Amino acid sequence: MNVVYFAWVRERIGLPQETVKTEAATVNDLIAELSAREERYAAAFADISALRVALDQELSDFNAPLAGVREVAFFPPMTGG
Amino acid sequence: MTVRVQSEPFDTGAELNRFAQGRRDVGAVVSFTGVVRDTAGDLQEMLIEHYPGMTESAISNIADEAVTRWNLDDVLVIHRFGALTPGTPIMMVATASAHRAAAFEAADFLMDYLKSRAPFWKKEVTSKGASWVAAKDEDEDALKRW
Repeated sequence: MNVVYFAWVRERIGLPQETVKTEAATVNDLIAELSAREERYAAAFADISALRVALDQELSDFNAPLAGVREVAFFPPMTGG
Repeated sequence: MTVRVQSEPFDTGAELNRFAQGRRDVGAVVSFTGVVRDTAGDLQEMLIEHYPGMTESAISNIADEAVTRWNLDDVLVIHRFGALTPGTPIMMVATASAHRAAAFEAADFLMDYLKSRAPFWKKEVTSKGASWVAAKDEDEDALKRW
């Protein structure tokens, strides 16, 4: 699946997007997998309350299942307007 | 309904003149323009990042809800991304309806939702460096009004 990062999440992880091969059942599982990879992921995902997640470009939550999802996006709370 | 997400500047006056033009059922047009403000005192530029694709669909969904809820005749949302200089418009909304109460309320609703539910992120660049603008709790709380 395609995993995309925005704002400081992108900066902390060091890339805007990547293709991830995963069997993760939920967003939380995916975060655990990524955090176990390298320190920069662990740092970006250290405080989940400071993050938001979108599945296939719709806001979702961290318990949501990933079955059938093509794109997961992680970013800080939005500051539009 | 018009939704535009663009890096180019826009002319608020020209957009407003064009909006809902030629319609005889519109009795009220309300507009809001958000401008890059130099809060730090030495803001060089505001960098606005967004999520192409989701931005357009999120704004369209919010605008659709406003049209349905306040029975608007028309709605316009323009939001810029990229590098913006202080004093220039970031975004504008305009609403058109038969009566002013609906136009005012719908514009207020649109602004509250665009602030916290449209995938934009602002970064302020000053002489001391760059920092991301944090979302405010009161912006999230503002959604509960609706």
